[in-house]
Amino acid sequence: MRRVTLFNVLAIVLGIAFLYLPIAILVIYSFNASRLVAVWGGWSTRWYTELAGDAAILDAAFISLRLAVVSASAATLLGVLAALALVRLGRFRGRLLFASMIYAPLVMPEVITGLSMLLLFVAVAVDRGFWTVAIAHTTMAMCFVTVIVQSRLIDFDLSLEEAAMDLGAPPLRTFLTVTLPLIAPAIAAAWMLAFALSLDDLVIASFTTGPAATTLPIRIYSEIRLGVKPEINAVCSIFIVVVGVAVLSASLLAKLTGARGTPARP
Amino acid sequence: MMDAVPDTRKRSRAQKFLLALPYTWLLAFFLVPFLIVLKISFSQGAIALPPYTPLLHLGAGWRGIEEFLAGLSLDNYRRLGTDPLYVLSYVKSLEIAAFSTLLLLAVGYPIAYGIARTPRRLQAVLVVLVVLPFWTSFLIRIYAWMNILQHDGLLNRVLLAVHIVREPPVWLATDTAIYIGIVYSYLPFMVLPLYAVLEKLDQSLIEAAADLGCPRWKTFWLVTLPLSSPGVLAGVLLCFIPIVGEFVIPDLLGGSRAPMIGQTIWMEFFGNKDWPAAAAVAVVLVCLLVTPIVVFQHQAMRAAGRS
Amino acid sequence: MRAAVVGVRMHTVGSIHGAAPLGENGARPLLRIDGLTKRFGGFAAVDHLSLDIHAGEFFALLGPSGCGKTTLLRLIAGFERPNAGRILLGGVDLAPVPPYRRPLNMMFQNYALFPHLTVADNVAFGLKQEGLAKADIAGRVSDMLALVKLEDFGARKPHELSGGQRQRVALARALVKRPRLLLLDEPLAALDKKLRDATRFELMELQRQLGMTFIIVTHDQSEAMIVADRIGVMDGGRLTQVGSPADIYERPASRWVADFIGDVNLFEGRVGDDRRSVEGTAAGRLVVAAPIDAAPRTPVWVAVRPERVWLTRDQPPAPENCLSGTIVEIGYLGDLSIYRIRIADGSRVTAAIANSGRAGERPPQQDEQVWLSFSAEAPVVLTR
Repeated sequence: MRRVTLFNVLAIVLGIAFLYLPIAILVIYSFNASRLVAVWGGWSTRWYTELAGDAAILDAAFISLRLAVVSASAATLLGVLAALALVRLGRFRGRLLFASMIYAPLVMPEVITGLSMLLLFVAVAVDRGFWTVAIAHTTMAMCFVTVIVQSRLIDFDLSLEEAAMDLGAPPLRTFLTVTLPLIAPAIAAAWMLAFALSLDDLVIASFTTGPAATTLPIRIYSEIRLGVKPEINAVCSIFIVVVGVAVLSASLLAKLTGARGTPARP
Repeated sequence: MMDAVPDTRKRSRAQKFLLALPYTWLLAFFLVPFLIVLKISFSQGAIALPPYTPLLHLGAGWRGIEEFLAGLSLDNYRRLGTDPLYVLSYVKSLEIAAFSTLLLLAVGYPIAYGIARTPRRLQAVLVVLVVLPFWTSFLIRIYAWMNILQHDGLLNRVLLAVHIVREPPVWLATDTAIYIGIVYSYLPFMVLPLYAVLEKLDQSLIEAAADLGCPRWKTFWLVTLPLSSPGVLAGVLLCFIPIVGEFVIPDLLGGSRAPMIGQTIWMEFFGNKDWPAAAAVAVVLVCLLVTPIVVFQHQAMRAAGRS
Repeated sequence: MRAAVVGVRMHTVGSIHGAAPLGENGARPLLRIDGLTKRFGGFAAVDHLSLDIHAGEFFALLGPSGCGKTTLLRLIAGFERPNAGRILLGGVDLAPVPPYRRPLNMMFQNYALFPHLTVADNVAFGLKQEGLAKADIAGRVSDMLALVKLEDFGARKPHELSGGQRQRVALARALVKRPRLLLLDEPLAALDKKLRDATRFELMELQRQLGMTFIIVTHDQSEAMIVADRIGVMDGGRLTQVGSPADIYERPASRWVADFIGDVNLFEGRVGDDRRSVEGTAAGRLVVAAPIDAAPRTPVWVAVRPERVWLTRDQPPAPENCLSGTIVEIGYLGDLSIYRIRIADGSRVTAAIANSGRAGERPPQQDEQVWLSFSAEAPVVLTR
């Protein structure tokens, strides 16, 4: 029996307050009629309407979304393959190098990965733009996908695959009808993470993008370098709400469709 | 493909394909770029496109290669060693990373521990709550702190209102702001690995220690803390290494008087357009981080293998 | 067609080669395992093992954990590849046949029910792989669910079932394909005692009804004794004895088998010159009915089952096969009582006496001096 102490409760409450307060403040101030943060000018949605007319930001948002979808999908495909290879292929030549290349980007500072990829593109004289950023994001995200899917695969009950084969299903059909449905939630979660990482990335995109492909974070960054701006608050608030809703509904969905098999009643 | 036999010599074509695609991708887009960075760190800046020299012209044959090798130099590295700006930048980065990792541990451990002790059903909700801010943009969250830490921002107004200070202190462009930003952004990276280990902790071990006469703090020190050390190590590495190279947080919340190394690389690259210098700084940074990175990889692979 | 040669069920006393070359009808065995070896690193989980299984029999592989019985089962199913030896099913070498093409099915110890499929879909899975028509599949699935008494559970998911119900789904799923051979890996291990006892008999009935061949792997010797027609006792990757439950129990091939199956008293001594007695044991000179198949002076062990030991207050008339001692422990089990008696040399002898509750008889008490004796037919002389 775990007793929850006052200290525990305090830690959790303070921690969560700390995490959400800044976001709440940001959202509140996006409705500030006054441009100055020091003055509360009453509730207003003018910044949102101004935002709707700001073509630059809307373009950037659209580019970011396309980029996120493309790189998340590519990263998920590559990451799932990599996870399968790491978990199922046992020892193979070059495994250490492969695993190192998977785990290193998880912690490598982004300025380094961004810089190195840009230098690659320059060395092979490729025009930088949407696709170079997509490649960079895919590379960065695939490592996260691999780690997520790998941990699910490790917990996967191999006897389910053996049972399927015993009942007559050849390996590919076993994978498609038994393994894949059961690791699908992990793959979906990994896709979402890759999507968020791409959408959010500033540093790597800055290094690897070209003139026609300004992403939303780059646009936002160039604006806020000069100081706080309420229009940016509006953009951010929209972003927060959209993401918040998406994550919450995903969690709810995961809960409702049930886990991969809870223990039976005794 | 799902062969139960462990070390068979035959590998089906499907298995080879499985491996080849991500492997070549990573070789091409992760390893090769690193080698290029290494090469360019030995180059010199040039007003050209690309802005460095020498270039390797494979078509020029052996002489081309000779010329290429002759053009390489250690100038960039010499500059790193002699110019105090760089040394200071490295030192500051390591300092900030170390201190903020400790802060993260101090703040994150109680949170993770608290969550692990709540009833199971509540735990899932709490974890989602802790992770949710992470899904909103990193940039946005730092921007949120800019809002608060401004000279006429919310923090100062609260402090003035409660009479804790008479004059509004300056928060932005200080190291304090950097620490706040780092702890705020990296908290999930510390809490999640800690929580993962703490929630698996066998409660009966705590009870056994109590049964054998340990007061609560002693049980924590002798039982809980040592058993959670894999989580602590994972959290520390997951935070420390990227913090060393952080750019966005010190750029927006800190000043440029004493830049962190991430800012230095950015400045050299985009500001001075000195690609070889930036490359050299990056190479040295990787060398500094090699040991913790290798430890992290080793830990991660072992944890993956152990499960 | 009955074979002209009369098939003799050979008593496999002391035989470690389970090959009864001719079954009851003189037919070829359904499954022949020939010199099978499986190594993991330097360790041989299955070591030059040969065994014949006949159609229609309920065969049990019995042994302690780590003896290789599960490995053997997995080799038959095709999930492990042998390092040496052959497996022949109906005369066909299974080596090149992958597990999804072998005409046998396995019931897994943890049941391995597909958590994302309903009970009906689980049972139908194997039939779908055969490419049968939907209507046929539905029919066979409902028949099978009725057979295992789960007719109303078709739409449920595995996590909504109890342990016993999931076990029956696993059984149904394996049986619905009508395999020639069914392998069961510790099928009753996860069930509680009452359920286990009931399910044992259900399994036996099912096997007889369907006329199938079952190979069951278990570490529970009473389970093996109850369900099996023949038992193969395994230790260290090898078969130590193969025979009917009575053979194994009454005529164990070695001390190890004697001790593994049930309880046994062992007396060490040397074969007497008349080869009808064993001398120098803790109980003195022991007389056996059957002639001993060993030279005089050979060191042997005499095995006597506790239920063959008689307990009396007065010294028995016959001088052989008797000894005195003190009762040091009594274990009351309801239907019988186990008595541990300390004899002259300090060792313990176990006697099991039924509590038949004959009127007027006072049962033996703790610390009482008693006499132990057994007939000359009771002991089995073991050379290994």
